[in-house]
Amino acid sequence: MSAPELQGTSSLRYLWRQLTSMRNALILLLLLGLASIPGSIYPQRTQSPLKVREYFETNPEFAKWLDRFYLFDVYGSPWFSAIYILLFVSLIGCVVPRTWHYAKEALRKPAPPPSSLKQLENYQTANATLDSAADWLKKNRFRITRDKNSLAAEKGYLRETGNLFFHLSLIVVLLGIGASSVFGMRGEAIVTIGERFINVPTSYDNLAPGRFFNLERMPPFTITAANFDAEYDAETRQPLDYTLVARVTDSPTSTPVEKIVKVNKPLTFGDSRVYLQANGFSPLVTVRDQEGIVKFEGPVPFLPQDSNLTSIGAIKVPDADPQIGFVATFFPTAARDEVRGGFSSFPELLDPRLLISVWQGDLKMDSGVPQSVYRIDTDGMERIGLKGLSIGESYDYGVGTITFNGVVPWVNLQVVKDPGKQAALIGSIFAIIGLLASLFIRQRRIYVRSNGKQIEIAGFGNRPGLEEEIKRMVEK
Amino acid sequence: MTGRDWAYLSNDLIYVALFAYAFSFLGYAFATAFSVKPGGIDRSTTKRSNRIATIFFIIATAALTLGVIARGLSATRVPWGNMYEFSITGALTFAIAYLIIGRKYDLRWLGLPITILILIILGTAITLLYRPSAPLVPALQSTWLVVHVAAAIFSGGLFLLSNTVASAYLWIDRMERRGGRSEFAKRLPSLEVLDQLSYRLVAFVFPLWTFAIIAGAIWAEAAWGRYWGWDPKETWSFITWILYAAYLHARVTAGWKGRKAAWLSLIAGSSYLFNYVYINVWGTGRHTYSGL
Repeated sequence: MSAPELQGTSSLRYLWRQLTSMRNALILLLLLGLASIPGSIYPQRTQSPLKVREYFETNPEFAKWLDRFYLFDVYGSPWFSAIYILLFVSLIGCVVPRTWHYAKEALRKPAPPPSSLKQLENYQTANATLDSAADWLKKNRFRITRDKNSLAAEKGYLRETGNLFFHLSLIVVLLGIGASSVFGMRGEAIVTIGERFINVPTSYDNLAPGRFFNLERMPPFTITAANFDAEYDAETRQPLDYTLVARVTDSPTSTPVEKIVKVNKPLTFGDSRVYLQANGFSPLVTVRDQEGIVKFEGPVPFLPQDSNLTSIGAIKVPDADPQIGFVATFFPTAARDEVRGGFSSFPELLDPRLLISVWQGDLKMDSGVPQSVYRIDTDGMERIGLKGLSIGESYDYGVGTITFNGVVPWVNLQVVKDPGKQAALIGSIFAIIGLLASLFIRQRRIYVRSNGKQIEIAGFGNRPGLEEEIKRMVEK
Repeated sequence: MTGRDWAYLSNDLIYVALFAYAFSFLGYAFATAFSVKPGGIDRSTTKRSNRIATIFFIIATAALTLGVIARGLSATRVPWGNMYEFSITGALTFAIAYLIIGRKYDLRWLGLPITILILIILGTAITLLYRPSAPLVPALQSTWLVVHVAAAIFSGGLFLLSNTVASAYLWIDRMERRGGRSEFAKRLPSLEVLDQLSYRLVAFVFPLWTFAIIAGAIWAEAAWGRYWGWDPKETWSFITWILYAAYLHARVTAGWKGRKAAWLSLIAGSSYLFNYVYINVWGTGRHTYSGL
């Protein structure tokens, strides 16, 4: 006994046929849905890197296992990609040949009626002539094939057109998404009010370019954050409005234009857009040594921790000898209670206070390990002071002084280049139009045959309603 | 009238609606219980209670409509800013869809389950989800709120109706396989009608749901800088979309009907409900605003 031998090409063809079969396309579709569930259960690196770190800290062993299966990067994982690439191929394999087949079919006239109409749905006879039936069908825009004593009429080709259109549009959407991830970029930068952002890679705190994005050819726009205003509801403390007044230029040398940026109103430079994403406060401090020489001066962005903008930050003074670091918490509106200690009770600057602890020792900034700008690794350092400051106050910690001069807001700008966006949008609009056509247009055929005295009518269609249509036809 | 007055009026109207739905529920329950007589159904004795139930249902729906409008006026915006507002509007869509479709098909038998569902939705909204009327946070200040959320709410109301019909199908189907319908179930339409109705609702609402997702993507592009970011809410609306797409394919291309199709539509509908309840209350991500 010998097993049937599969030739190289025929097994490929077999695979192809499996992949493009309706059943397997459906299974792939359901698998894609199933595969996207874990991404909504476990924190994802692309959305909340901090939560992923937290997860690693609380369940290190389990997290390691989850990470092996890409459960913190579900939507970029090999298995997720495998499913959608297979689905994509299957979609093309289903739709393209079918479009071809259908185009030929649509150009042909409807096939003549079968020999007996009696087995078909809605069979009936009427006292009329073939001519009058043809007239009625023509008036109702059926396409007709006619011979001496019978005719076949068809209507509703748009249904299948819509169906194919829908699937072709989905391919366009997927291509658009692909183009964005390969040719696009996104990046974030914290800009303190009064500062200018110049669109070059080094200005970013965080930059994620696509594989074929050219970092040397970024549009040379600049944005000066002139003023930022955050309004809050006095009762609920919810934000009401954020307004950034920006002076923007298309290149560093051209004259600035004033623009307003809001959460739902980004700036546009060609195919890049700039979004107002988050905001916080930068305390302005001056640090002097014992002789009164300024070792550090300027705004330091702090990271908000809650909706009342209690913020944490680090002021690092590598120029002091030995090095000094301030681990600090900032309260826009300082308040105290027994449970929480110090906290902020309102997100606006009603009673701003800066709480600092002073650390002396090696800041480890030259160690080569990337550091958070908001935190100081105090291992091996010594605490030499602790103080709360209001605006204008100074604190002498023995080997120097720190002065809290004031507060300026900062904004987080997100710059996005998304070249496939239009394709995805146009694709989805066409997809809806196609979907409506494929769901709501009826396709049906009507056959009429004359036996000299009477005519016989019958037909079939894929949605109810044919019966009434034939009834109307007979009445005429 | 000030915003606060409108907010109080809205609360009152929604309580009125709740009581009227409760009366309607009693009417439908009475009609259901007493039309079943040994040896057959006698509808003549319950005609009147059925009609009274329907009248209460209409009064309740009118009060709910006004309540939703007043809620919007209280903050001079569309009333879809948090889960409470989303729930009362969803219940309203569900009620209106029932009234409209009930004119075409004989759906009075559905009155009882539908009033129960509405009472549950409104009850949770009032007791657990209530938040005082407030202005919108900046991310929600967009015309897309109207378009995206309206499409999502209407889709939800209709998915729920389709699921109610599919459940009725499965229930009766089981009864018929076990030796025939109970006296009460004899009042219900044939399995074919239920099957078709459930399918038609899905076919009607699927393009709307697609549109809700696309409108959300357009809005996300303007507010968050990306049109798709696998936020939990986005992920689950995508899953719902996939499940209903699979349902339509299974029906149209693979010829699924009846029991299998009903189960698939129930699973798809549950994914919508899961998205609404679980992701809003326990989930994280960017769709969580204003507490709830």
